[in-house]
Formats: sequence, structure tokens, C-alpha cells
Amino acid sequence: MDQAITSDADDLWTVAGRSFRSRLVVGTGKYKDLEETAAAIEASGAEMVTVAVRRVNLSDPKAPMLQDYVDPKKYTYLPNTAGCHTAREAVRTLRLAREAGGWNLVKLEVLGPPPHLYPDMPGTFEAAEALIKDGFEVMVYCADDPLAAHRLEAMGCVAIMPLGAPIGSGLGIQNPAMLSLIIEQSKVPVLVDAGVGTASDAAIGMELGCTAVLLNSAIAHARNPILMARAMKAAVEAGRLAWRAGRMPRRMGADPSSPLGGLIR
Amino acid sequence: MTDASQATLPSFTLPSFTLNGEPRPLASAMTVADLLATLGLDGRKVAVERNEAIVPRSTYATTRLEPGDSLEIVHFIGGG
Repeated sequence: MDQAITSDADDLWTVAGRSFRSRLVVGTGKYKDLEETAAAIEASGAEMVTVAVRRVNLSDPKAPMLQDYVDPKKYTYLPNTAGCHTAREAVRTLRLAREAGGWNLVKLEVLGPPPHLYPDMPGTFEAAEALIKDGFEVMVYCADDPLAAHRLEAMGCVAIMPLGAPIGSGLGIQNPAMLSLIIEQSKVPVLVDAGVGTASDAAIGMELGCTAVLLNSAIAHARNPILMARAMKAAVEAGRLAWRAGRMPRRMGADPSSPLGGLIR
Repeated sequence: MTDASQATLPSFTLPSFTLNGEPRPLASAMTVADLLATLGLDGRKVAVERNEAIVPRSTYATTRLEPGDSLEIVHFIGGG
């Protein structure tokens, strides 16, 4: 059990046979430019980054590409299926991603319509099944539904990633009880994916016992993304330490911290 | 448009294919490798799909485009 870890050096997490020290996974979207993307990711200390798959801009084939700024040899690219609303679109997108990148580890998300973009679970099950059959290692964005999470794990998904609040909403973790239930029952890593708005939200996710936190907008849409990237790094580390330390029990009444003996009268 | 002009159209359509949703004329005997070179794209940074099937990188030089093909060329961009 993780709680037995006494040394920070041993506190790694593993997904699909790859180990990571950083428990912050960051998106690479919504930045002002690729320079800012690279600087924010560097400041976050993340070792895994999510990326999207899109048509090449044929009118400007020499335009700088993400790989030129965020080195796939240094960071584990996690291709996503953002914008996919059917299993078919998601599977097609990730087959292209596998060819472009040459790796099998992917983030599956099949989304409902705006304004909530809530995970479409029937579509997610269908896509996960097809992808696993095709040899992919699937980290899956999902509803905060313990039954759905269990089913995805049983199918062979390598990480369960329930939302904390709608994508890009920055509303923070709205569902600590359901996240806790999912964390408790899961044998694979559980990442809170979507909803984190600021550093304390990331810390809460880690204090609940998440393996890691995945976020994008909270850094990219901060007034100063580089500072927020540092804040998120510190928050995830703090939340992880607090979880390892084991918080004190909550109690309804006061319990003085100073001895009652020896008071002057 | 009159009925007469419509009747003459189909017999003169030039060979073409679709690239990222846009129609393009198809030069004779063009492979995927030729197309990438013409477009100025680095084959190591993109992935190609032809008629909804992946074109493996190892077959770019031998995969010939056919009239009516639908191609998608994609790459990684920033995303969450």
C-alpha cells in the first residue's frame, strides 16, 4: 500500500508499465503560443502531457509543430480524443495517433454535447472495448460513477479518470464522495480529470487519494500560467504528502493544543 | 443551369481525390510519399489515413493514390 512508503524517492506511480515521479499530468492546449506552452509545462514538472490529433494546416506546412517545443522524448505524449462524440470517431482518431507517435498509451474521451460535454458512457464503453481489442492501453475519462468505473477497469482500462467538474469549468472537485468510492474500489490508477480550477482543488484531489491529477485550463487560463504551473506542482506534492501522512480525525468540538496543567490562577 | 449543360458535365471530370476534406486534382502515379513531399510535410511528424484505413509509414512510398480516394493527414497539436 502506498501509505507504507517512507521515502520520497520510492513514491512513484505506474501506468501500463511506465513509472512516473510527477503526479501532475497537464494538457498542452489553450496557451497563447507554443513558447508559453513549453514554459508552463516545464514549470509544472509534469512528465506526461495530453495532446490532440488534428488535420495538418496544408496552407502553412512549415508552421512550428508541438513536437518542436514539447519534446516527445522528454515527455510521455498522451493523445486524446477531445472533440469526439462517437466511439467510431474516437477509435479512428487514436489509430491515427498511434501511427503518428508510435505508442499505444492513449486517453479516451467520448463526449456528450455542449454545454456540459459530460462523458458519454455508452460511447466510452464501445470505444474502450474496440481499442483494447486493438492493443491500445486506455486511460479513460469517465463519469464519477463507481459502476461505470468498475466496468471500465474490468474491461482492461489502465487508468480510470473521472471528472471533478465539467471540462474547462474550473469549478473544483464537486464530487469528493463519489471520487473516494471510485478510488477505494480501483486497483488501477485513478486520476481526477477535468474541473480543477486552482491549486487547492488539485490538493483536494490528491488528499482524497487520487494517484495523480490531470488538468489544462487551470494553468493555461490563469492570468500568469507559469506561476500557476508552479502552484499546481506544489499543490499536487502537498496533497500527496498529506495523503501519505494521513490526516487527523475530524471532531465536532475543540481539543486544546496547549497543556491544561500548570495554568496560573 | 439548363438541362443541356448538366448533361455534358460528367464526361469531363478530371481525376481528383479529397485531402483533409478539400478536393484536389490527382496527378498521375502519385504515391503518399510524393504527396507529402509536394506538400512540404515531414512524414515523421504526421499520420496518414486513406479511405479510413491507416497508411503505415513504411508503405508511404508504395501506396499509390487512386481517383476518388479520401485522405486525412493529421499531427499532434496542443490539447487537454
